[in-house]
Amino acid sequence: VTSTPGRGAIISGIGISRIGRRLGIPGLELTRESCEQAIRDAGLTPRCIDGITSMGDTPVARACRELGVEPVYQGGGFDSGGLLSPVMSACLAVTEGRARHVVVYRTVQMLGGEYVPRVNPPGTEPGTEADHAEAGEGVSDLARVMVDVDELLAAQAFSAVNWLALACRRHMALYGTTKEQLGWLAINSRRNAALNPLAVYRNPMDMEGYLAARPISSPLGLFDCDVPVDGSIAVVVSTPEYAADCPRRPVRVDALGGAAGDGGWFHRPDYPKMASADAAAEMWGRTDLGPGDLDIAELYDGFTFLTFAWLEALGICGEGEAGPFVEGTDRISIGGMLPLNTYGGQLSAGRMHGYWVLHEACLQLRGDAAERQVGGRPEVAVVSNGGGPIAGCMLLTV
Amino acid sequence: MLPRCAACGTWALPWAADAACDVCGGAREYQAASGRGVVYTYTTNAHQFHPAVPSPNLIAIVQLDEQDDLRLATNLVGCSEDDVECGTPVSVVFERNDDMYYPLFQPAHRSS
Repeated sequence: VTSTPGRGAIISGIGISRIGRRLGIPGLELTRESCEQAIRDAGLTPRCIDGITSMGDTPVARACRELGVEPVYQGGGFDSGGLLSPVMSACLAVTEGRARHVVVYRTVQMLGGEYVPRVNPPGTEPGTEADHAEAGEGVSDLARVMVDVDELLAAQAFSAVNWLALACRRHMALYGTTKEQLGWLAINSRRNAALNPLAVYRNPMDMEGYLAARPISSPLGLFDCDVPVDGSIAVVVSTPEYAADCPRRPVRVDALGGAAGDGGWFHRPDYPKMASADAAAEMWGRTDLGPGDLDIAELYDGFTFLTFAWLEALGICGEGEAGPFVEGTDRISIGGMLPLNTYGGQLSAGRMHGYWVLHEACLQLRGDAAERQVGGRPEVAVVSNGGGPIAGCMLLTV
Repeated sequence: MLPRCAACGTWALPWAADAACDVCGGAREYQAASGRGVVYTYTTNAHQFHPAVPSPNLIAIVQLDEQDDLRLATNLVGCSEDDVECGTPVSVVFERNDDMYYPLFQPAHRSS
């Protein structure tokens, strides 16, 4: 292990707003809920916060005014960590001495899975979403990972569900992965969601119910897709020295991994592998820990198949073996050898676009997950995020 | 017609005829391709995402015979997904839309 950027940063506080389908609550108010909770949880006040990062719907400048925060550090936008880029920027900032406490939030409002090209309108106000999240280097990074999207759109593949259904079908042809195996993941998540009061879909689902869902893009049906919601999640990333004063058990960042996204959505030579393979390799190259050390996995599940891709990318199972690994849920249930998506996943809890995995991993490592707490005092968790050419992952320890 | 390096002969997708060849740095030009390939992967889209595009529609990635990493996103016509699997031979048919010709594919045994 030679290079360990961001190592030692701690997650000192976490916060989560009300979550639901079309809540009718402004994004700024949800953002205030999650951020104030996270700052309080970290034992801090808004005046202590000297950094803030985010991406997406609620602009940083407005959030700062709402929270009474005056940050000197505002992050680098979309980077090789994909959706986790704002978290990774924060980890780098606090370990490089650029900030002491960075609040990171992600606020979504019924975020969809369709690709909507964004343009920076003339005269864009500084601090707006377009200015912050996708300005400067962010634009070129996003453009690079979207290199073959135009080809997909020309083939009338308008949604990420189409793009990932293609990868899933290829995986089935190569390895014999089955629809029922995808179903076991969805069933496991729904069972976990029943133990999470904030989860959107908590009613039981069996294989019959899973298979009866309306088709969306074969082989994927409705229950292979995550649930768009309104909500906000925040964490406070603090300097390693704060661990001693942190009122909650600090969660330590052990390693980060990201990917350049070469090969886009379907031009990788090793398709249906995705950028997740590169992100996982980078992360494992920055730590002495390995897949066998994991106690918990909170893996991205914008679609069921993405979790399969992450299980294989991270070496939790062998190449092509994700289906058999999740089958029957014995290995991945809360009492299993590697509890997976213990909060219910985006599939059942809601599409917090990669941030609920982080919140849940912290909760579990702190021992604060109540009814769904994994036994045996878990000490190592992996969090992952993204699909296709977008990928980031983090190894967390206590 | 697909972009191909005039120097080393490497075909190039995604479409980037203006860019230099990834392999040798040579200039690319458009050359006629065979129009034959195999279904690399496919999906039937059942949800109408675009108001002007009716569903279901059969989306595929076709691997062209010219080179084993030459992949084209396209639609399959004249068949349903029950008629194809990964590896099914297909051939191109062009669909005209005003002055654009879209390269679509159908199972090869049906080609004239």
